[in-house]
Formats: sequence, C-alpha cells, structure tokens
Amino acid sequence: MAYFIQQLINGLTLGAIYGLIAIGYTMVYGIIGMINFAHGEIYMIGAFVALIAVLAFTSAGIASIPLLLIVVIVAAMVVAGLYGWAIERLIYRPLRGAPRLAPLISAIGLSIFLQQYVQLTQGGRVKTLPPLMPGGFTLMRGDDGFAVGISNFQIVVFVLTVVLMAGLTLIINRTELGRAQRAAASDPVMAALCGIDVDRTISVTFVIGAALAAVAGVMVVLYYGVIDFFIGFLAGLKAFTAAVLGGVGSLPGALLGGLVLGLVESFWSAYADAAYKDVAAYAILVLVLIFRPSGLLGRPEIEKV
Amino acid sequence: MTALLVIEELTMRFGGLVAIDAVSFDVQPAAITALIGPNGAGKTTLFNCITGFYRPTAGSIRLAGDGDRTIELARLPGHRIARLGVARTFQNIRLFAKMTVLENLLVAQHAELMRASAFSIAGLLGLPSYRRAEANAINKGRYWLDRIGLLDRANDPADTLPYGQQRRLEIVRAICTNPTLLCLDEPAAGLNPRESADLAALIRAISTEQGLAVLLIEHDMSVVMEISDHIVVLDYGRKIAEGSPTTIRQNKAVIAAYLGEPEDAVA
Repeated sequence: MAYFIQQLINGLTLGAIYGLIAIGYTMVYGIIGMINFAHGEIYMIGAFVALIAVLAFTSAGIASIPLLLIVVIVAAMVVAGLYGWAIERLIYRPLRGAPRLAPLISAIGLSIFLQQYVQLTQGGRVKTLPPLMPGGFTLMRGDDGFAVGISNFQIVVFVLTVVLMAGLTLIINRTELGRAQRAAASDPVMAALCGIDVDRTISVTFVIGAALAAVAGVMVVLYYGVIDFFIGFLAGLKAFTAAVLGGVGSLPGALLGGLVLGLVESFWSAYADAAYKDVAAYAILVLVLIFRPSGLLGRPEIEKV
Repeated sequence: MTALLVIEELTMRFGGLVAIDAVSFDVQPAAITALIGPNGAGKTTLFNCITGFYRPTAGSIRLAGDGDRTIELARLPGHRIARLGVARTFQNIRLFAKMTVLENLLVAQHAELMRASAFSIAGLLGLPSYRRAEANAINKGRYWLDRIGLLDRANDPADTLPYGQQRRLEIVRAICTNPTLLCLDEPAAGLNPRESADLAALIRAISTEQGLAVLLIEHDMSVVMEISDHIVVLDYGRKIAEGSPTTIRQNKAVIAAYLGEPEDAVA
C-alpha cells in the first residue's frame, strides 16, 4: 500500500509536468487547428533558460531559494514566451490559410532547427544541476517499513500547477482576452467582424502556451536535474499524447490526460518493467483513440456544413 | 443629405470572371438600402468587398468619418472595418455556438470592453472601471435580448435556440458592435412568412430608432418592398437600376432580369 501511494505521488508529479506542456498543444489547436510540433522544443528552451538562470543566480551568491524559484520561473516564462511569439509571427502566421500540411511540416522542421540551435549554442553534452531543494516529509510508513515521502519540490510542483491552472481558467472564462480566445476558436472570421484582433489573440495564445511549457521545463530541470537539447522531443510527444488522451481542444482534458499518462508511466515502471513504460503510455493512447476518438473530455467533432 | 457610404466604380475580378463591374451607388444614413438581383449577380461579393473579405480590383468604397473626412475601406483588413462601424451577417448562421446567448452579445462589444479592461489586466484585478464597463455591456445585451424575446434564454448555449431565434440573435449581435452601417445578407432566408414579417418589422424599427443605415440583400420581395427606402438592382455584376420600391417594381430592365426577356426583344 505504501509503495502504491509513493508511485501515486511520483506519477502525479510527472503528470503535472506533462499536463502543463499539453495545455500549449491544446490551446493552439483550439484556436488555429494545427498541432504545433515545435512546442516540445519551447519546453526544452524553458529548461535551459532555467538552468542558466539558476547558475547565474547562485554564482551571484544569492541563497534565498524562494526568491530564486520566482526569478527562474519568471525568466523562463518570459524567454519562452518570446520564442512562442516569434515562432507564431515569423513561421505560422505567413502560412495561415495554406494547406494544413504546410504548417505541420514547418513545425517539424522548426523543431529540428531549435534542437540543433540549442545543441550548437549550449553544447551537446548532458547538463546536470545538483538538487536545489533537498528534503521533504515522510507521510507514512508501511507495514514493511517502506517510507512514503513527498519532497519539498514535489509540493512546489503541485502548488504551482494548481495555481497556473486556476489562473488560466480564470483568464479563459472571466476576462475579455479569454472571451476573445473562445470566440476566435469558434469562428475566427466572425470574431474579427465583432472587432476582435484575431492575429493578436493568436499571438497571445502562443505566448501563454509557451510560458506554461517553460514552467514545465523549470520543473524538470529542478526535479530531475538532468537535461540536454533533445528532451523536448520525447516530452513533446508525451504531452501531445496527453492532449489527445484528454481531448484536443479541452483545457481540463489536457491536464487530465497529462495526469493519466504520468500515473500510467509511474505505475508501469513500478510494477511491471520500467524499460517498457513508453509502450504502456502509447498503448493507452491507442486504446483511447479506438474507444473514445475525441478523447476523455473532448467533444465529438462535427464537420461544419 | 450626405451619403454614409459611397461606392464608386467598384470592380471585382476573379481571374477572367468579372463578379462586379464598375458599380456605383450611395448608402444613406438612417435608411434601408436593399441590394437585389438574380443568383450570381454579385451581391454577396459586393458585401465581401465592403467588409474587407475581398480586396476590390478597382474602384473605391468610402465611409463617411468625422466631419468631412471619409475613410477608404477598400484596403483595410476586416476587423479594422468592423471597428469603424460596419457590421455584417452571413447567409448561414455564424453564432459562437458553444457560448451563451448573452456572451455572443458581449463578444460583439469586445472592442470597448478590451479598452476598459486594459487588455484584460483591469478585468483580472476586478477594477471598478472595468466592472462598470462590463455591467454596461451586460445591460445593453439584456436590453436587446428583451427586444427579441430571448431574455429568458440568456444563459443557454446559442446553438440550442431554434433557427428563427438564432437569426434574430445574429442581427442584434451585429447591432451590439455599435455599427453605423449594418449589412444583412439574406436575413430572412429559411424563415416562414410570419417570421419574415416579424424580422422585417424588427429591422425597420431598429433602423429608425438607432438612425442606423442598413444595407440588405434579400430574395424575399415582400420583405424588400415593404421596408426598403432605396433599392439597387444588380445583374451579372452590373447595376441595372436603382430607385424607390415603386419605381423598381415597374422597371422593365429589372423585370427582364428576373423573368427573362421575350426572344424578339433581344437586340
């Protein structure tokens, strides 16, 4: 039992990270109907910015961990947001109205470009970071003496994810910007006729998605302490799976999909074979696509007449 | 009276096809101008030029601005034209289906609300200036819902309304953008005679009360003849007649365009 709870905690941590990346996929898909395959690279860039920020911060001799955390998160969100904005402005916007395959292939090309760009500028070797927030709590002890622990950083991950999700929900449902986003996702032409600047709304959507992916990058670099220029590929694929699992276009679905995926991976690694955890994750995806093609929380898509 | 909209020598070509051929006419403020003509005459194309969907090949579309200033619409993007006070509806219904009935009307007031909320920041903080703007917007939306008898459906998703009510909602949504010119593309399409008559009365009343210029495409001649102040007739992209409903009814070229000409009359 204790072991089970431990895996639950680990799985939720991983799932929160997947979920934050998946939101970017789902928001962009919702508003312009394309899968931004370069999104995983934004997450990777967020992780690198975090790494650089942590090193700069600690070498400046400042020891306050909460302050460091805030600065690192803000820095990663801002830089990744700029990347997100630039990607949309320079690459996807000129392709708007082009056949669907064009932006898709451009996204894959862009993804390779960004990987190589980071490899060239930051080097190809794996980067490591010693844990910044060691320590944690022992929640309970099983009959066999197994101690269930939650680390301080896992708590940070949970709190941050909840806060970001709440903030995002508030923006989407309660603000003018969110209303503009929902209207533009529903019918961009009509939204423009209602006086909404659809281009700007799409830009903001990319910035928000990128900023959330960057937070996931920060979490990974601080949680696992190991990154390289290639992490965006697998994480992007996993988050895409999470988005599809939850129902592409649905924000709660993205988080739910992320959590399901994180739990599956974590339990599979614990009880079956860690080497096959990706197989388990993608098997779930296949099953969902067969039995619920629109995802767990997605609405079945009805073709417009 | 100075015209609100002056269309001059407007031409729209698609490759070799001339959809609109040097059409000129004026739209007067606070009046209903109907645009009629057989299928394929270029009516919707003309709408698309006015509202920025197409860039006209030649000619100009000038909207009266402040004072003596006029604004050339022919090169502006759609959302800019919308903000200048030109609203439109489409032949098919294009409500924001999953948003509520009231929210559809709030989206139409987006420009004002966005300004009041300082790009959503004041809205997030719940500042009083934004609260006031939002309350005004909601009041305005509710007023119009009351006018079309949909107040009790305000919080239902728009796509749950019956067809005829969706049509009316589209029109009041367009009105909520505070237009000076409202372009309606076949608002009575698919309505039964009774609904058409109600809709015609609504359009007439709104135009008179709000001092709103309406440019109307409609195939239902009972609606056109009843509410129009001025009628422009297009056929194969050319203007073949314009005038009051009575003169248009008797115009030979119009009758010929609609009913065809006898063989021997073709020169």
